[in-house]
Amino acid sequence: MEDSKLQEDLASIRSMMERSSKFISLSGLSGIMAGIYALIGAALAYNIIYEPSRYTFGYEPQAGNPYLQSGVWEELVFSPTILQLLFIAFGVLFAALVTGYALTSRKAKKHGQALWGKTSKALLFQMATPLLTGGFLIIILISRGYFGIIAPACLAFYGLALVGASAYTFTDIRYLGICEIILAIMAAALPGYGLLFWAIGFGVLHIIYGSLMHLKYDR
Amino acid sequence: MKVDFNKLDKAFENRVRLQIMSILMVNESYDFTSLKELLDVTDGNLASNLKALEKEEYIIIHKSFVGKKPNTNYQASPKGKKAFTDHLNALEQLIKQQKK
Repeated sequence: MEDSKLQEDLASIRSMMERSSKFISLSGLSGIMAGIYALIGAALAYNIIYEPSRYTFGYEPQAGNPYLQSGVWEELVFSPTILQLLFIAFGVLFAALVTGYALTSRKAKKHGQALWGKTSKALLFQMATPLLTGGFLIIILISRGYFGIIAPACLAFYGLALVGASAYTFTDIRYLGICEIILAIMAAALPGYGLLFWAIGFGVLHIIYGSLMHLKYDR
Repeated sequence: MKVDFNKLDKAFENRVRLQIMSILMVNESYDFTSLKELLDVTDGNLASNLKALEKEEYIIIHKSFVGKKPNTNYQASPKGKKAFTDHLNALEQLIKQQKK
């Protein structure tokens, strides 16, 4: 047995340990694209919210039972403003998912890693648990008029999903998750700046992180 | 400088077997199809290497059914884990010696 065989053995042990337990085909580029979509969405939302409209956005449920003012919040929840905002939100989500899927499947092919294999399933399940929990919670709370929680809750649940997912993909994702959680707490502490924090968390951070990941792993 | 190759495990001389053990060291268990995809080898090649590891009692086999399809899962045995760790230590020693 000579030197090169030893080196190859070690390299293959390392690669198999990593590739069998982690989904390493996540594309950094898709993070950058998701960030750009989020910033576009936030800009559109800003225009809708702060343009003069007959619906004020500083609405907060009064103390007491929100059900008692059902007339008020029902009108608000189903107002054109909220529907437009929801439309933008789902548009951004859809665009980010489609781009992410396309770029990731391209990278998986290059790596020879199955797009729908053991590791990607574990990763998706790990992320889906906090994301679906957060998603349902936020939709229910929106329908009750608690608009103030949208930004902090989105950021917090997304951050938790990333921290959990870091065990199944690049460990670096953990730090992105922690940054999102810090932003979530700041957004909760500073009501009224939700959109700004949302744009930083989903837009700016994704672009920075996507670029770092792209430079580190995609070349 | 005398290099001791005897400490290396003969069972891991084959690259595929070494890779199978690497995978089973970091995963609780792994199924046949996923192993095949990851290692990019033929059914026959994988099966014969798994058989060899089974003969050494390095792996434990769990057979079950998913619907009507047979699903075979493989797990590293304590003996196999120890053998792999010893093999890694031997590799480390060899590399250290060669550096001198």
